[in-house]
Amino acid sequence: MLAVLSVLFSGLIFGIGLSLAGMLDPTKVTSFLNILGKWDPSLGFVMLGGIIVTTFGYFFIFKRGKPLFEKDFDLPKKQKIDNKTIIGASLFGVGWGLVGLCPGPAISALATLDPVAFVFLISMAAGVLAKKNIVK
Amino acid sequence: MSINWTDFTPMLSSLGGILIGFAALILMLAKGRIMGMSGILSGLLIPNSSTEFLWRSVFVAGVIAGPAILINFDLINIASTPVASGLLLYVAAFCVGIGTAIGRGCTSGHGICGLSRLSARSLCAVLTFVISGIITVSILRHVL
Repeated sequence: MLAVLSVLFSGLIFGIGLSLAGMLDPTKVTSFLNILGKWDPSLGFVMLGGIIVTTFGYFFIFKRGKPLFEKDFDLPKKQKIDNKTIIGASLFGVGWGLVGLCPGPAISALATLDPVAFVFLISMAAGVLAKKNIVK
Repeated sequence: MSINWTDFTPMLSSLGGILIGFAALILMLAKGRIMGMSGILSGLLIPNSSTEFLWRSVFVAGVIAGPAILINFDLINIASTPVASGLLLYVAAFCVGIGTAIGRGCTSGHGICGLSRLSARSLCAVLTFVISGIITVSILRHVL
């Protein structure tokens, strides 16, 4: 029960953080990518704030040796940088630049009840499922 | 290039980033998991066990409930005007889905968690998607 509540709390804080940061506003996100025009550097501050907290926090959490409610940490295995990393991230960047939404804010945007958010989520899910069937 | 001072929100964006960082810490401390939205979502679409399905759906519920609370109490005005519409919207969302699935991560997983773990693959992914996003926006706004 406590484990489930912790996960819910994490999700809540993530959603609130994304909202305050301005990540749910596609115009703000694309303004960050618009370095040739009127550039809004705000998203750099989101990344910086998040990375500073997470880097220090992870250090102490990993030092404990194990998480509170699981036997072990479940971390991605060290993988080589391959074509998939480059191709995948490039495709993601194109979509991100076109609409200004990445997966986290796309989920949070459902809270606005804007039909566009639902359309985006369904198309994004189609992309995830397409990958499962195309790339091994 | 010129700075857009009117829309620049360094304090609020830093605060948001710090909260996102704490969310990642809570998930790692409690479940030992990376807080990557694309990974959590793809695990929901293709679940491999009921316990996996449970924590992922609870997390997603929180991610929606967070802003819902802010909106409900009028604490924030969330602009959700899409930059794209019609076919472009479908194509863009599809690219985000398939791209994060192939590249195994998005802004939260690679950008916040991966960089904090000093992952070279995440650094490569972040540089790639930021550059690709910049090129896309530049073409849309300055070429077409």
